[in-house]
Amino acid sequence: MTARPEAVNGAPAIELRGISKAFGPVQANKNIDLIVPRGTIHGIIGENGAGKSTLMSILYGFYRPDAGEILIGGGPITIHDSQTAIRAGIGMVFQHFKLVQNFTVLENVILGAEDGRLLRPSLARARGELKRLASEYELQVDPDAMIEDLSVGHQQRVEILKALYRQADILILDEPTGVLTPAEADHLFRILRGLRDEGKTIILITHKLREIMEITDNVSVMRRGEMVASVKTSETSPSQLAELMVGRKVLLRVEKAPATPGAPVLEVRGLRMVDAAGVERLRGIDLDIRAGEVLGIAGVAGNGQSQLLEILGGYPEKGARLEGEIRLKGAALPLTGSDARARREAGVGHVPEDRQVEGLIMDFSAWENVAFGYHDAPEFQNGWLMNQAAIRADASAKIERFDVRPPNPELAAKNFSGGNQQKIVVAREVERNPDLLLIGQPTRGVDIGAIEFIHKRIIALRDAGKAVLLVSVELDEILALSDRIAVMFDGRIMGERLPDQATTADLGCLMAGVEPGTPPEQAIPPAMGPAGVA
Amino acid sequence: MERMPKWADVILTPLISLVLAFAISALVILAIGESPTEALKVMVEGALGSSYGWGFTLYYATNFIFTGLAVTVAYHAGLFNIGGEGQAAMGGLGVALVLLAVPWPHWALALPAAMVGAAVFGALWALIPAWLQAKRGSHIVITTIMFNFIAAALLNYVLVNLLRPVGSMDPASARFPEAAHLPKLTDMALAFGMQWGKNTPANVTFFVAVIACLLVWLLIWRSRLGYEIRAFGKSERGAVYAGISPVRITVIAMLISGALAGLMAINNVMGEAERLVLNAVEGAGFIGIAVALMGRNHPFGVLLAALLFGFLYQGGGELALWTSVPRELIVVIQALVILFTGALDNMVRMPLERIFMALRKGRA
Amino acid sequence: MDFPTILQILDSAVRLMTPLLLACLAGLYSERAGVFDIGLEGKMLMAAFAAAAVAYATNSAWLGLCAGIMGALAMSAIHGLAAITFRGNQLISGVAINFLASGLTVLLGQKIFGLAGRTPALAGPARFSEITLPFAEALRPVPVIGPIYAELISGHTILVYVAFAMVPLTWWVLYRTRFGLRLRAVGENPASVDTAGVSVTRLRYGAVAICGVLCGIAGAYLATGISAGFVKEMTAGRGFIALAALIFAKWRPWAALGATFLFGLLEALANRFPNLDLGIITVPSMFMSALPYILTVIILAGFVGRAIPPRAGGEPYVKER
Repeated sequence: MTARPEAVNGAPAIELRGISKAFGPVQANKNIDLIVPRGTIHGIIGENGAGKSTLMSILYGFYRPDAGEILIGGGPITIHDSQTAIRAGIGMVFQHFKLVQNFTVLENVILGAEDGRLLRPSLARARGELKRLASEYELQVDPDAMIEDLSVGHQQRVEILKALYRQADILILDEPTGVLTPAEADHLFRILRGLRDEGKTIILITHKLREIMEITDNVSVMRRGEMVASVKTSETSPSQLAELMVGRKVLLRVEKAPATPGAPVLEVRGLRMVDAAGVERLRGIDLDIRAGEVLGIAGVAGNGQSQLLEILGGYPEKGARLEGEIRLKGAALPLTGSDARARREAGVGHVPEDRQVEGLIMDFSAWENVAFGYHDAPEFQNGWLMNQAAIRADASAKIERFDVRPPNPELAAKNFSGGNQQKIVVAREVERNPDLLLIGQPTRGVDIGAIEFIHKRIIALRDAGKAVLLVSVELDEILALSDRIAVMFDGRIMGERLPDQATTADLGCLMAGVEPGTPPEQAIPPAMGPAGVA
Repeated sequence: MERMPKWADVILTPLISLVLAFAISALVILAIGESPTEALKVMVEGALGSSYGWGFTLYYATNFIFTGLAVTVAYHAGLFNIGGEGQAAMGGLGVALVLLAVPWPHWALALPAAMVGAAVFGALWALIPAWLQAKRGSHIVITTIMFNFIAAALLNYVLVNLLRPVGSMDPASARFPEAAHLPKLTDMALAFGMQWGKNTPANVTFFVAVIACLLVWLLIWRSRLGYEIRAFGKSERGAVYAGISPVRITVIAMLISGALAGLMAINNVMGEAERLVLNAVEGAGFIGIAVALMGRNHPFGVLLAALLFGFLYQGGGELALWTSVPRELIVVIQALVILFTGALDNMVRMPLERIFMALRKGRA
Repeated sequence: MDFPTILQILDSAVRLMTPLLLACLAGLYSERAGVFDIGLEGKMLMAAFAAAAVAYATNSAWLGLCAGIMGALAMSAIHGLAAITFRGNQLISGVAINFLASGLTVLLGQKIFGLAGRTPALAGPARFSEITLPFAEALRPVPVIGPIYAELISGHTILVYVAFAMVPLTWWVLYRTRFGLRLRAVGENPASVDTAGVSVTRLRYGAVAICGVLCGIAGAYLATGISAGFVKEMTAGRGFIALAALIFAKWRPWAALGATFLFGLLEALANRFPNLDLGIITVPSMFMSALPYILTVIILAGFVGRAIPPRAGGEPYVKER
């Protein structure tokens, strides 16, 4: 049972030396060193794709590092699988919980850690253990409740209880507050402090500066797969962390003339959206975009940007409840009962955030994809059949104008590189000259050359007097392209800035849910009703 | 980047799967003490060695083309229609009702009407599972299985209690009007002064089936609806992004699929039996699954696979006649084809992909 | 209808429901672990043939039973290979298994016995004989309870009692043992099992194997219990009725008992009354035989008590990062 390495006196709980991990050509972790002292809360902060989750997956045995060494309690250890990690005293609370929805709390807690072949003794022991943990750490959950009846916050407590039941000394939490209300998050922090005071070691992966400042003892910053800094939290500031996190990257430069905004194209008033699971994703969005301007929406992924794009694109999630008003060129658009086809006809182009799942049919050829969404355009019809010659000609022309390589319209979309796939989508949407272009993550997974090209096209569309709504998690991109910047956090717009007046630290604070220049307590958004009532 | 070249994906993988299926079939024949080469000889001789054999081979192939196309159309919409058997049975009912209701003066008039009857009944039988899938999320595989049995019971009732002529003990409908009998291929050959396929059931429906292949090809790869069906089948989220309604596509694809399965009745009910009998479909609906899988869900692949299965069917019958191998050998071959080209696809694909990756690395 | 008639019909229902119950519980193990199985029919058929053939050769119903279980297990192994190891389509694999059994049984039967797919009739120890429970005769004169005990409860083969005992046993395994907890978890959310350090593959193979064993008993009962030998296609769609019962029972053991009893009763009634006269209308037997399927479709449609299958059912498990 105890494969746990002997703790060397005073040794750190976790020490990583030179961990590297690559996925194909992508270097997710580069030569990472990290020391987490026993009995501390250690924050790891970084933007989307900085390599935080990969690092933690290595610790939990999902991946084997290409190079480097892991020491737990001072002793080196090879983590083959989750079983080894659990035995080494590591507990993991995933962003997406690994719970069985129609099991009780008790059943979930003992799953995989049963005492014997029969459940009864295990359940009895777990019940006692849960009672103890509950009183000790404010981890109250009804042991007989079904998971599906619990609020997200309570489900998370079950994940923590699972780890503690397995006698975890080291607890890793991946973006634990992403799904919590502020009140629930505060409760979680009380629990974490309690655990630390009992000598547990906690690693908190997050992108929210407020949390880092509020709860951690030490913080490490990751950027592009590297560990760029490790500091004592008390010796740093949110703005310094924001800068470290965003980095002083080579600034993307896009040549552009000042915007000359015209009449309003898109007006959004009080847009609220509650998804099918009952979680409020948008909490009252107000937006205006005029002809001839780019409005950039900055923010960490998962703060409601995707839902906003889908609603504007005409296809809100099935079962969602919507409220508010959307006007396009002054005319009200229906919130529901519409579809993406009608929205295109009204003059809205849409480059979706995920080109592989939505924007393209990966098995379709490039020319078929260039017609995707516009396949019922009159010029593509030939009586009862599609006019393939017309579509091919149209596709070839767009492929040439957008310099898609290889310039072969017969090739399936899946066989193009990411950048060229994106060019196909952008070509399709931009060349239709929409009055409003919705564009999400235009350059995610796209090479430098294509980035520049796509950026130029977006600006050209703006200069042609069209409105552009740009959603991106890349702050550089937002800064380079936008005429105005709105920052989204937790389903609302935290604030608006002009790009030449905004600093990265300032935007970083907004993205992390903190009003710059206000003390953290006041910056907490007012508590909303708990997501998914207990 | 491609994991392996297109030809390997489209031709090599299914070919290896087929070879495996037939190799194991040969082993089965060996196991029951017969010689696989002898068996093959008998089958080729019996199915392809004479115009008589061809007449039956083409007759069976016609059935399988329709049911194979039915599976194909649903497959492209990402739906597994396992209910071809019931839809074809209901198509038979449609044909019988149309042909018994009107004293048709000529087959050329009766055929289009019977086709409408067959297609409508087959389509309606697929409609309920389709609607339940689209609106209520009921698993279409399970509902279509259930509908196969419900169709069998319904037909049994209709034949015994409603369509059975007075005084007959046979659970079958009355014979269709003489004028509505479809011309057999042998009659058509005779018109050209050729002796071909005497006493075989192959009839004009074979040409209808070939045309159906062409039409399905046009539908899937040349029409807007086909484009939407394929897009939906590949990615539901992509389809929604493009403004394609999942409910609409699910229902329409299943209607077409059911209509195609129903159309089989033109061949077996109108063309061959010339009345509606119990269990007229004889498993052709299920063979459609094997045919579609083997034909890679392409209408021309389906045509070839249907011919192969027509050959197997006729050859298997001959085998049973002249040797001690029962015709159920065909069912085993059919099972192995479904298993290897369908369920065990990855068993062949994964090692092949590894080989091609290694080859590429070696070159790079 | 008088009391003896009702007893006879109920007795017949018990006999007819036994293979359904066994196959239904078989499917329950497999599907609760997340492996859909529309190949119950084929497994049962293969088992029925193997049981009859070996029982004839050895003149032992028990050896026949073992052979039946082995036959169904072989089919389960194919399904496991396709569905678990090679992450293939579980439905297509099930279809293939049904055909494989349908063809192989006749092929082998013809080779061995030369009786067009039948086995020779079984007699004596090659069949499971009916067991008279203690005091059955002594209690018979007692009104109501006596005949029920003597006619309905007593006088079945051992396999009938095994089938009925499987219901509480399955319930107990599923809800009271570690194996059952993990089995249910792997059908709902395999990632929860995987992150807890338990092998998804091993659990699923285990479930599929149990499914094979139970289908084996069901098939053996068909060939050596209820009838005296194997006949071509003797399962006659029972695997699919069992599947329907499983959905009807919403994948729960006690409800499976109820569902299979209902379906067995329908079959018994249809056998007894080809045209059931209810006074106002006459119900044809075909309607009774279609009723299980109709009821299942209604349940599937979710208009009355929606049946929600195990959440991870039908999906091969791929470790996510």
